[in-house]
Amino acid sequence: MTAETTGQPVLRPHAEDAFAEELSALAAADDRPRPERWKLSPWAVATYLLGGTLADGTVITPKYVGPRRIVEVAVTTLATDRALLLLGVPGTAKTWVSEHLAAAVSGDSTLIVQGTAGTAEEAIRYGWNYAQLLAKGPSREAMVAGPVMRAMSEGMIARVEELTRIPADVQDSLITILSEKTLPIPELNDEVQAVRGFNLIATANDRDKGVNELSSALRRRFNTVVLPLPASSDAEVEIVSRRVDQLGRSLHLPAAPDAIDEIRRVVTVFRELRGGVTTDGRTRVKTPSGTLSTAEAISVVTNGLALAAHFGDGVLRPADVAAGIQGAVVRDPAADSLIWQEYLETVVRERDGWSDFYRAARDAASGRPHGDAA
Amino acid sequence: MTDRPLLLGVRHHGPGSARSVHAALAARRPAVVLVEGPPEADDVVALAGDPAMSPPVALLAHAVNDTGRAGFWPLAAFSPEWVAIRWALDNGVPVRFIDLPAAHSLALRDTAESDPTEPGAAGPGTAEPRQPAPGTAEDAEDAEDAEDAETTTAADAAAEPSAVADARDDLRRDPLAALAAAAGHDDAERWWEDVVEHRSGGDDPLAPFAAVEEAMAEVRTALPTEETDRDLVREAHMRLRLREAVKEFGADAVAVVCGAWHVPALRERRTVAADRALLRGLPKVRTEITWVPWTHRRLGRAHGYGAGIESPGWYAHLFSAADRPVARWMTRVAGLLREEGFPISSAHVIEAVRLADTLAAMRGRPLAGLGETIDAVRAVMCDGAEVPLNLVIDRLVVGDVLGEVPDAAPAVPLQRDLTAQQRRLRLKPEAGGRHLDLDLRKDNDADRSRLFHRLRLLGIPWATPAAAGSTGTFREGWQVDWEPELAVRVAEAGIWGITVESAAVAKARADALAADSLAALTSLAEQCLLAGLGDALPTVMRALADRAALDTDVAALAAALPPLVRSARYGDVRSTGTEELTRVAHGLAERVCVGLPTACTGLDADGAAAMRRHVEATHAALALLDDAGLRDRWRGTLRRLARRDTVPAVLRGRAARFLLDEGVLPDDEADRLIGLELSPAVPPARAAGWIEGFLAGGGLLLVHDERLLALIDTWLGSVPADSFTDVLPLLRRSFGSFEPGVRRSVGELVRRSPGTTTGGSETAPTPGFGDRTDSGRADAALPVLRLLLGEAAAGGDPAASDPPPAPSAAPPADDPIGAPA
Repeated sequence: MTAETTGQPVLRPHAEDAFAEELSALAAADDRPRPERWKLSPWAVATYLLGGTLADGTVITPKYVGPRRIVEVAVTTLATDRALLLLGVPGTAKTWVSEHLAAAVSGDSTLIVQGTAGTAEEAIRYGWNYAQLLAKGPSREAMVAGPVMRAMSEGMIARVEELTRIPADVQDSLITILSEKTLPIPELNDEVQAVRGFNLIATANDRDKGVNELSSALRRRFNTVVLPLPASSDAEVEIVSRRVDQLGRSLHLPAAPDAIDEIRRVVTVFRELRGGVTTDGRTRVKTPSGTLSTAEAISVVTNGLALAAHFGDGVLRPADVAAGIQGAVVRDPAADSLIWQEYLETVVRERDGWSDFYRAARDAASGRPHGDAA
Repeated sequence: MTDRPLLLGVRHHGPGSARSVHAALAARRPAVVLVEGPPEADDVVALAGDPAMSPPVALLAHAVNDTGRAGFWPLAAFSPEWVAIRWALDNGVPVRFIDLPAAHSLALRDTAESDPTEPGAAGPGTAEPRQPAPGTAEDAEDAEDAEDAETTTAADAAAEPSAVADARDDLRRDPLAALAAAAGHDDAERWWEDVVEHRSGGDDPLAPFAAVEEAMAEVRTALPTEETDRDLVREAHMRLRLREAVKEFGADAVAVVCGAWHVPALRERRTVAADRALLRGLPKVRTEITWVPWTHRRLGRAHGYGAGIESPGWYAHLFSAADRPVARWMTRVAGLLREEGFPISSAHVIEAVRLADTLAAMRGRPLAGLGETIDAVRAVMCDGAEVPLNLVIDRLVVGDVLGEVPDAAPAVPLQRDLTAQQRRLRLKPEAGGRHLDLDLRKDNDADRSRLFHRLRLLGIPWATPAAAGSTGTFREGWQVDWEPELAVRVAEAGIWGITVESAAVAKARADALAADSLAALTSLAEQCLLAGLGDALPTVMRALADRAALDTDVAALAAALPPLVRSARYGDVRSTGTEELTRVAHGLAERVCVGLPTACTGLDADGAAAMRRHVEATHAALALLDDAGLRDRWRGTLRRLARRDTVPAVLRGRAARFLLDEGVLPDDEADRLIGLELSPAVPPARAAGWIEGFLAGGGLLLVHDERLLALIDTWLGSVPADSFTDVLPLLRRSFGSFEPGVRRSVGELVRRSPGTTTGGSETAPTPGFGDRTDSGRADAALPVLRLLLGEAAAGGDPAASDPPPAPSAAPPADDPIGAPA
């Protein structure tokens, strides 16, 4: 929907552009009833997220790897007029799911409000074009509609990221929108009523400290879906390699021949440190302060691929990921680097086939003296 | 089809089937109702109409003279069989059960399982007696849509996989799953619910059953014909009973309610002679049958004689809800959550219902099922959290419903015996916990104690051990609390025997054969003694000896020893024969002595701590056994432990201390050991570990033996500053465990003689004491000491350099035999 189609390839295309083919194939194959203004039926939206093969042979890649139930409840919620709240620790693909849901349902994932501590009411409702306002006085022309208002008037899905970071009073301006489905404009003694098809997806993480808890009045307007961390190591490896592959393509990194072993290693390290125990269940390890989410694992591997492609021999080697892992693990320079050292010495050093990684991680740790970190 | 009997194929415990059965019976009004179940129950079926009878209940058939053989046929309010029985009783129509008599099925079960070991070997855990039972979701089918016909129906094996450990399942595939797969569903249970349970019947109440029959016939032809004898025999019997009824009432006046799987077989034309031939020569046992109360939880898959349904509460709701089942269900969920303090408004209920319905639509299901409602409750009412959701699942989806049986029902023999004993011992089964202090020297109290122990062995926790009002081996405290659910447990335990004692013996024997660890066996032996089950003891001891001979894990042996020794001692107190027990205990102890030194090498800190507990327990146990030869062996073992370098320091210290306390470590040897272990070359952490082990027996030693104190003091003074913080926690643990008085004395001793390195005798006196031992005054106390310690002890070294035996050498304080009788 954005106008910048200058022909220049963008760094990261929107979901609806990146997967335009899959969406149109789904739309063609989809003969189930669609809610008003939905581009696809709920079933097709779920298929778009979970992946599958259509009758005509088109393969739909999975966008979300996880329990089917979660996606079904999320899509179904959007089909009712309840808003959807995606909850989870950072890096559990909340934003990713919300983008793809919006892309599949409305064909547009760009009606987005980024929640911050400074998000003002205008960002959610509407602002004014002051030149127009001065010239013409309060009028529809002088009004600048926010994303939510546009979604309401056009019957689309609006997205609010990090809802809990938004100050409580601003959050509550959503209540009228979600319950009355209308946005009053007192200045004009007017209102914008939501047309069918409008709904809202909010994401929030339940780990951050200092967030603004939702008021129960607002909370009641949402169906809550908690996105879990990947259940098994294999599932996580699958997620990481799939995303790394996609990212690599869009960043035009040369394809790495066989990175799966390194990916497995990164995922193992992350899972062990996150869970506080080694995969064989025999050794307890300390847990660092970072979240060590799947998303971070993905970025470590992508980073490593870039290193391997540009500075190495194109093969993802332990040295390429070691520094990245250290960066992800060591958030608090004092406590976390101790934890990381301890993990290296007690777990990594003795593990069969991990000696390359151990040396690389040691080099990375010592190659960055304290001065560098400061 | 009026010249044919009405065959109602159902899924056992399917609420949809139950509704259909009721509708069909009401429409057809048969003159007799035949139900799949043991014919012996014909005599007690009238009780089902008793107003005091409330499901869930179960028919319990058990062999009269043979423990461990019994079958349960659970029935819930939503079971089609129950509905049929109630309809018949309400309408004055006779009910007959047509399955193979329990007399045969119980006898067959035993032979089929080829487990002739012990009469009681087939425990409730192992055998699912109710193999023929309604419990399994047999069946199937539905119907109103004819085009579903080939996909419908189901099968016997539906719920069996989880519920029944029966080889038959392996032979016969799971037909319901096959049908569901053919219909494109991955979950057989859910598919069944969709096509059957959730359809509220069309206009013709009989149509669903016709479709079920057709589909079942199809499945049966597709399956391998080689069914086990049991099914063929059962169906032959059903056919015979059906034929009788037809002769008596006329074909169109007969209705049969059975698992859908059997319907085609009942329709089949076979000659009477062929059926009789199948039934000829079946083994037979004498059985009794009665009604027992049951619970929803027991119907669930996860428990004992589960009937194979995970959500009895949900089924009961589906069956009892007049209309709008989902809305009513959500209202109940909201009610429960509100009671538990969750703020749930009507708006939540509305939204949850909408979400569940929409989810069902998206998943292509005709009606929101359990899965949809749970998803909706989680997303709308629980904010995505699992904790309140688990509450809903536990309390509503499964539920706490407890059935009741009228007093007129023949009591299970075990229950009769229990009631008689309760009366004799003046113990009323009443709710509301009560504390009971028993004095085992009184016959009545001793009998009570035995009864409690036996019931515990049978899994009937009416009384639980509690602290006694006073200490002493003849005192026992119990917390007594009768809960209605215990009646169900009594019924379950009824399969073990007809009296509490014989049932407990049978159960103990079966447990002994099934026990998978040595420790389990020894505590079983202990329980047998406490419960006065001398008859079970030989079996238990044989199993124990076999196990001990094979067990290579010294830790397991060591863990098994103390309860065994306790039992041997207890036996003496309770005048039970315990030679066998003592013999096994000796064998065990020998093995521990041999294996311990090797088992103690190369342990890490946690391993050493665990092993230390074993060593201590073994030491205490052997002191109780009081066998000179064994004691010598044990001392030898301790010596090897104390000297072996590869043994963790804490264990070496502990062994050295035991030897010292036993008085078998010469004084200079003790000095030498301490000096050796605390040499400067020994890493401080290791030395501290040794001290921890050495001092674990109490610090009195240090107060009385200043040489030892001086050695430790010197060592402590020589620990380098940077190591000191490492050993500090260990030391603190060692000294912190001393009694306050001892700790203070040690502190004063150390302060008084700051520089002394050896011998404290010439230093300044302890406040309140003379500066040297006054042997004259000491001698004056000797006669009394002799008296106290017994004549033999008086022969020991009079130097009395050692204090009265250190506390560690005495039996642990919690030992109930500690006080001599």
